Amino acid sequence: MKNNRPLLLVLAVILLLALSAFTVDQAAQNLNLGLDLRGGVYILYQAEEIGDAAGGDKIDRAVTIIRNRIDALGVANPVIQREGTDRIRIDLPGIEDQRAAREVIGRTAMLSFAGPDGETILTGAELRNAGVTMDQFNRPAVSLDFNEEGRAKFAAATEKFIGQIIYIYLDEEVISAPMVESIITDGNAIITGAGTMDEAANLALMLRSGALPVRLVELETRGVGPQLGQDSMTRSVRAGIAGLSLVLLFMLIYYRGFGVVANVSLIVYLALVLGLLTAINATLTLFGIAGLILSVGMAIDANVIIFERVKEELRSGRTMRTSIEAGFQRAFRSILDSNVTTLIAAAVLFSFATGQVRGFAITLSIGILVSMATSILLTRFLLRQAARASLFRAPENAGLRGVSK
Amino acid sequence: MSFVALRKYAFIFSAVLIIAGVISMSLRGLNFGIDFTGGTLLHLNIRQEFTLEEARGVLAPLGLEAATLQKVGAEGLAEGEKLELLIQTQQLTPAEQDDIFSAFQEKYELTADDLLRVENVAPVVGGELQRQALIALLLAGLGMIAYITIRFEFRFAVSAIAALLHDLLVMLAFFSLFQIEVNGPFIAAVLTVLGYSINDTIVIYDRIRENLKTRRKEQFADVVDNSIRQSLVRAINTSVTTLIVVVTILVFGGITLYPFMLALLVGVFFGTYSSVFIASPIWLVWKEREMRKHLRAKSA
Repeated sequence: MKNNRPLLLVLAVILLLALSAFTVDQAAQNLNLGLDLRGGVYILYQAEEIGDAAGGDKIDRAVTIIRNRIDALGVANPVIQREGTDRIRIDLPGIEDQRAAREVIGRTAMLSFAGPDGETILTGAELRNAGVTMDQFNRPAVSLDFNEEGRAKFAAATEKFIGQIIYIYLDEEVISAPMVESIITDGNAIITGAGTMDEAANLALMLRSGALPVRLVELETRGVGPQLGQDSMTRSVRAGIAGLSLVLLFMLIYYRGFGVVANVSLIVYLALVLGLLTAINATLTLFGIAGLILSVGMAIDANVIIFERVKEELRSGRTMRTSIEAGFQRAFRSILDSNVTTLIAAAVLFSFATGQVRGFAITLSIGILVSMATSILLTRFLLRQAARASLFRAPENAGLRGVSK
Repeated sequence: MSFVALRKYAFIFSAVLIIAGVISMSLRGLNFGIDFTGGTLLHLNIRQEFTLEEARGVLAPLGLEAATLQKVGAEGLAEGEKLELLIQTQQLTPAEQDDIFSAFQEKYELTADDLLRVENVAPVVGGELQRQALIALLLAGLGMIAYITIRFEFRFAVSAIAALLHDLLVMLAFFSLFQIEVNGPFIAAVLTVLGYSINDTIVIYDRIRENLKTRRKEQFADVVDNSIRQSLVRAINTSVTTLIVVVTILVFGGITLYPFMLALLVGVFFGTYSSVFIASPIWLVWKEREMRKHLRAKSA
């Protein structure tokens, strides 16, 4: 039985590493990446003139309308959120044409028809549907379908203004000024001169989704093109892997057998953090990576603290197994206090900060908790088992040189 | 070598750094980016050799000659080989941003893909970021003081926070002296460094706490010195591994991560330095003074 120990331990480690590799692979495929890492658009809107009590309701309606518009654009995983009392936050990850997206979201798109006398005949409120069609010259146009009320108004107006011009306004802009050629009673009208096919489709979309109930001003916009996002992503992944490999190498050279344990523990740690971030559907941004780097540093630190303590015990002449136990006991309080202190800072950031800084706090908090767990539980388990399996007999295995037993 | 004996030099060194930083900050200030001041940034891929004069010529008809222009590109490229352009101006409307891109599009035959990055920040948002960061720092500081006071003692807490303040000031000094742009990521870097530094400090404090328990007749100075020496290998190894990651990302991480990593590099180095040379000595000076007072009171 005793002879099986080393084999079992090696098998367990291989299994752990395989599971970690699987988790990292899954996370790499499913983890949400922030706009700064994959490209996309982030917009923070400030609603203006919403002084009355119904202001909040207006914002909620605006959110719904914007969501409809964005859904029609076909963006994957958009985030449209009300922030505070009068702001709307929009995240459109991975979008290709940021300019078009901003155009569609921000347009108030208030449609109105006015007679030559300037009097409003009807508005977008009486519109039932809008779509893309072709005019008689086979150019893209927008077809309008009014409801009952609109139909009656439109019929009356075309009768009144026959032979004259009707102006179609989008917000304050005249987008079409057709001559009334006949009385239209079936409520079907078209807007000609709608530009290209895409522009006609966007106009129809805006008309369908209705006017925004509030005026929105862009407070903050961040658009990262897919090229730069992709570039940042591959570069940070490559640099991260390179940096991590060097760290693993350093630990291996410096701590030998213990270094192997630290590296297994570190890889499991990374897999757990990435897996957890994926599981809670967090979005990894540049700030998140910052939190991750800090927590990786702390995970390594925990192992280093333990190893240095074990080395001290070994130097004082104890056996490997008692040194591991004593070293752990002494290292534990140090790891606990240093991690909890940082965790307090992270928790404060998490509850008070918004946006980017919050992302930092999330990865840092998760990182610290997982790092404590892996260093205290896994590192200890592996060291104990390795010592029991007589894999670590000599102090050299703890990276301790010049001390013979 | 006695670390405690070196404290005078360390205090002088840090004081010089911080005073230089304060002078620089009051004369030249910090080079705040648009995240703080508000403004608009456009990052274009020109795809061919160009000069800043040329670019300025494109902007002139739009009344934007005063914009800040910078050529950027992958690391290691000479100025002439950089084919990307950063334009920073005061805050522009979406229409004005479009005008800029259209002008460059025409001149250099760009496609929509060549608009690498657009950032547009209203000044009010920049102010909020600053305020939010300050409040978060203050609250985090109070939380840490409370915890350290409970687990250690009040003197440790205040000394630890003093060391954090030192790290913050040194980072600000560095960014002010070299006029490196301070943007949103700088705040993340500061937070990271403070988290790192407090972690470092607490590990040494833990050692001091432990050694104080078994202390018989040693001077406090010797206790601190031994504690630092005992945790030195750990402090160095942890810094080295963290710096390995930081430097690798600094070199290969690309322009988006560069300012952040630069701040981390400075911060992690001084974070470790301050744990050894600032946090522990401050506690020691304070403790010794208190003990002397205590003794005088006793003998009187």
